Amino acid sequence: MAGSTLEIKDLHVSVEGNEILKGVNLTIKGGEFHAIMGPNGTGKSTLASAIMGHPSYEVTKGSILLDGEEVLDMEVDERARAGLFLAMQYPSEISGVTTSDFLRSSINAIRGEGNEIPLMQFIKEMDEKLEALEIDKSMAQRYLNEGFSGGEKKRNEILQMSLLKPKIAILDEIDSGLDIDALKIVSDAINDMRSEEFGTLIITHYQRLLNYIKPDYVHVMMQGRVVKSGGPELAKRLEEEGYEWLKEELGIKDETVGQEA
Amino acid sequence: MAKDLPVSDEYKYGFRDKDVSIFRTERGLTREVVEEISKMKEEPEWMLEFRLKSLEHFFERPMPMWGGDLSELDFDEIVYYVKPSEKQGRTWDEVPDEIKQTFDKLGIPEAEQKYLAGVSAQYESEVVYQSLQEDLEEMGIIFTDTDSALKEHEELFKQYFGKVVPPTDNKFAALNSAVWSGGSFIYVPPGVKATTPLQAYFRINSENMGQFERTLIIVDEGASVHYVEGCTAPVYTTNSLHSAVVEIFVKENAYCRYTTIQNWANNVYNLVTKRATCDANATMEWIDGNIGSKVTMKYPAVLLRGEGARGNTLSIAIAGRGQTQDAGAKMHHLAPNTSSSIVSKSISKQGGKVNYRGLVQFGRKADNAKATIECDTLLLDNESISDTIPYNEVYNDNISLEHEAKVSKVSEEQLFYLMSRGLGEQEATEMIVMGFIEPFTKELPMEYAVEMNRLIKFEMEGSIG
Repeated sequence: MAGSTLEIKDLHVSVEGNEILKGVNLTIKGGEFHAIMGPNGTGKSTLASAIMGHPSYEVTKGSILLDGEEVLDMEVDERARAGLFLAMQYPSEISGVTTSDFLRSSINAIRGEGNEIPLMQFIKEMDEKLEALEIDKSMAQRYLNEGFSGGEKKRNEILQMSLLKPKIAILDEIDSGLDIDALKIVSDAINDMRSEEFGTLIITHYQRLLNYIKPDYVHVMMQGRVVKSGGPELAKRLEEEGYEWLKEELGIKDETVGQEA
Repeated sequence: MAKDLPVSDEYKYGFRDKDVSIFRTERGLTREVVEEISKMKEEPEWMLEFRLKSLEHFFERPMPMWGGDLSELDFDEIVYYVKPSEKQGRTWDEVPDEIKQTFDKLGIPEAEQKYLAGVSAQYESEVVYQSLQEDLEEMGIIFTDTDSALKEHEELFKQYFGKVVPPTDNKFAALNSAVWSGGSFIYVPPGVKATTPLQAYFRINSENMGQFERTLIIVDEGASVHYVEGCTAPVYTTNSLHSAVVEIFVKENAYCRYTTIQNWANNVYNLVTKRATCDANATMEWIDGNIGSKVTMKYPAVLLRGEGARGNTLSIAIAGRGQTQDAGAKMHHLAPNTSSSIVSKSISKQGGKVNYRGLVQFGRKADNAKATIECDTLLLDNESISDTIPYNEVYNDNISLEHEAKVSKVSEEQLFYLMSRGLGEQEATEMIVMGFIEPFTKELPMEYAVEMNRLIKFEMEGSIG
């Protein structure tokens, strides 16, 4: 089976009446790793939340197609069941719900009624992934994200991704709050997902993550748009020279949203 | 436990069965009605006097003007005593078919076989079925209905009856004292520990019925018991009244846990007085779940009168459309080194009203006493209402009191997070609600926890959007 395709076309998004995204175009296919880079305040996280359907983000124009289906017409849970995943920058804490109960419910929601995962298979898969991510097994019995350190929360997001096996995953600053060892472990887990059936959009403003995960495409966002796309060499140049050369090239003085060129 | 499909969308125990009663008093409450009840029961003279005195107090006492709205409660419309069958069964075969079928639908005989040490089933005003495992009987445990206890254990009965909840305590305690019928009587002898729960199930079937069971539990020194009660009723457009009195005596080093899963239909006024006393180093725990009813006013209390006594109340209350849950707890620290903990979890949805109302009192002798109160409220929408009304009375400087109160809404972020993992809005909300009451459900025996989760799921259906 060939991988899925996520097409973002001329996407405009507002939050509380302020336009943040001003026409984003981007296509991600199964088998491809994309990285979106850019300084803070340029709309990267807004793009991630809008793709997943966060209610605070209003799409005013454009479309998002997953294998030709309009994602914007879907509820958040329908998007997840269609194969989208968002690893969140700030995952919510859910008191009283154990991580393992939550994981099983999610897996079953994605797999659909009548196709629930057998309990033993679930335990086996979860244990494997916990081990791969070097997460203490006791975490499965702790309440979801409650009292987790920043690093534990990020690992838990990747744990969920590996178990839910999405077609297209958006990873929103998955590297923030991780020390170098954890960064390697998380990167390994993401690299393990690499296949024709899996595409990802990695959002980061640090280059260091890309030392461990090799993107096929690199995009730079400024002022709510993708202003430059290229291959891995673009990330390398940004690492060495920063964003100033690019701003100069594009005639941008202030890269944040709301500032026009 | 019940297998039948729900009759109404809102409440699955709302089915009604045909009236098979063999005797019922006229509507309304008079001296004659009370005399008739006492006569039917062939009671000793002192009990009739107790009832009549209580009735006078009930008539004199004004309606409480706080808590829930009781203005639609018409005492003249209520039937105060309905006798469902000629005699009480020791086996289910001895229970009249129609009544047995009701309890079958509620899953009681099945639960009894699986995990209960003793069962009492009350239908309308009388206990129609009563059982206790033989080994518990041999250990000297008495588990019977309160009417039989008066006949068979009059001295023991007299020693405790009305001693912790006197008829003058409040209007509804007076009412219960006047017209009480049925309920459970439990005596656990010194050092005897009942390891599996005893359960009582209360069912109202008639319209405009008043159920007034009276429960008396005595846990002697070093003994322990866990008692569980459940209650349901059919859905009617008119009002019914449930007004129980529960008195518990926990002796030195003894332990008692009293678990309630109250799931009355939404036309039942549930006005209940529950109180326990704890002697030295005794422990009393109220595990109190309030899901149903039109108005509930209930504040289980513990009198910590022996040194080192401990009281815990763990409660949940869920109020939906047209419901008021005014529930809470009372802890009276009357001796040194006593400790108490109150954990109250309230959920309000579809414009329901849920209040925590509690009292923690430290008497002059309560040196080194400790109390903690934790009240959490979860509002599922903008039209629902909640209040936290804690009263503290402190007559001793050497105490510690902690109070924590939190009101939260199911947050957009939490819903988004769970839904982004494929869970529908309904399922995601349920998960948040279940998590919220998890401290309560984890204290229930496994079978009840499963049932509780099912009930909550059921309650949450249709409460979204």
